[in-house]
Amino acid sequence: MADLLTTTNLSKSFGSLLVIDSFHMHLIEGEALGIIGPNGAGKSTLFNLITGSLHPNSGSIVFDGADITRMPAHDRCRAGIGRSYQIPHPFVGMTVFENLLVGAAFGSGRGESESYDFCAQILKLSGLLEKSNVLAGSLTLLERKRLELARALATRPKVLLLDEIAGGLTEHEVKELIATINSIHAEGTSIIWIEHIVHALLSVVSRLIVINFGQKLDDGNPKIVIKSPEVQKVYMGISVE
Amino acid sequence: MIEWVNTVLQGILTGGLYALFAAGLAIIFGVMRLVNITHGDLIVLSAFVAMVAIDVMGFNPFISLVAVLPIMFVFGYILQRSILNFTLGDDLLPPLLVTFGLSIVIQNLLLQIFSADSQRIKAGSLEILSIQLYENLSVGVFPLIVFIVAVFIIIGLQYLFSNTRIGRAFRATSDDAVTAQLMGINDRHIFSLSMALALLIVGIAGLFVGISTNFDPSAGPSRLLFAFEAVIMGGLGSLWGTLAGGIILGVSQNIGAKLDPGWQILAGHIAFLVILVFRPNGLFPRMRDD
Repeated sequence: MADLLTTTNLSKSFGSLLVIDSFHMHLIEGEALGIIGPNGAGKSTLFNLITGSLHPNSGSIVFDGADITRMPAHDRCRAGIGRSYQIPHPFVGMTVFENLLVGAAFGSGRGESESYDFCAQILKLSGLLEKSNVLAGSLTLLERKRLELARALATRPKVLLLDEIAGGLTEHEVKELIATINSIHAEGTSIIWIEHIVHALLSVVSRLIVINFGQKLDDGNPKIVIKSPEVQKVYMGISVE
Repeated sequence: MIEWVNTVLQGILTGGLYALFAAGLAIIFGVMRLVNITHGDLIVLSAFVAMVAIDVMGFNPFISLVAVLPIMFVFGYILQRSILNFTLGDDLLPPLLVTFGLSIVIQNLLLQIFSADSQRIKAGSLEILSIQLYENLSVGVFPLIVFIVAVFIIIGLQYLFSNTRIGRAFRATSDDAVTAQLMGINDRHIFSLSMALALLIVGIAGLFVGISTNFDPSAGPSRLLFAFEAVIMGGLGSLWGTLAGGIILGVSQNIGAKLDPGWQILAGHIAFLVILVFRPNGLFPRMRDD
């Protein structure tokens, strides 16, 4: 299978602080890739660079065969990059259904009326169907996280970037979330998932990348990566499982 | 008694015009958080554009909108895309300064081209036509048209914002422009469209101002003030609120003028202050949780 996403020599600094340092990575089409690393390692910055919310100082990003390094964020969304935030950012003044409709209509370039059924399906998949007509601003944290995922799906992404989506959820909720993500993956969407809850990550991903200080520390089979001395050292000997 | 009914009625109709001033301002602020200091001057500019269209092309005042509206729409889009988009950010000051500068530029350009003479758009018999409602109580046909147009524009805008694809894009971008981009919305384009839409309403308001009062290149800032007062009294972010704000302003000005002609403008400002004291967020504030 071909590479869906590749970053080459990607660097980003904020002032004198180098947050992403000559970063190489690739994602094979249909793959589920996990990313772990300590706080401040540059994981979210990497996502911001891929979605176009930030622009790199150097290096390039290739998605689906095209160089997207200079492409604006909204075009990257239309090209098939979907993202959910660590802290949910719903459009609070709109209903849950409208939140999805915006993503479906603009992100996939379709009309609204042809997106109704699609949005309803996603709401069902993400367990939000009963909240369709509720203002997004009145949702609970779990519901907001689900909306975050649902709205990213509404843009019909080829790759879905999940940023600590399991954080703050109970064990039971995490299980439900894993089932949802596995079914999204099974339908052919590639996934890159940043997560601190490693056991959740390991039940979905087939490859794991470890980042520290903006550099790639390790990359490979999750079970082997987790046991590697470097990873153990970064996590200061605390068992990551 | 009938005199007071008349005063209030005329005030309500004047409120329609103020609501038109305010609706454009409310859209611009609502979508982009941009405080458009040059709004009044844009209204005057569009009155001049209408005047030229009528005098030079020989159009009927209402037909002139066929020329004025596309001009204002395109002008608004280009203005936003080429200048104002670059002023937007976390800081509210740059757009204030730039639109203030634009206000001076527009006033002086108009002064250069049209001189300081006061102008008026002639609408023939429409200016004096009136409908007798009751003994000693009649309303002018033209103010009535202005009011009805204002109501229809607000209904139309309300529909656009709540029920259409582009309207949802306006609201999403207004809520969170960065996230809107991740949904495939080009925020710069949406901002420019919202300015273009606002200037469509400005185009209509400009024609009505030109017919109902004298105007000259320096007439903009007082329109801006009325527009601001109507928007703030109505509550930021509510379109029906701008109509309510406009009506309150119109009625209080008319009551003031009835008590003493010198009190007209002052009475409007007093009503504004009173509402600010009792309802600091205006009459119909938009509900937000962040």
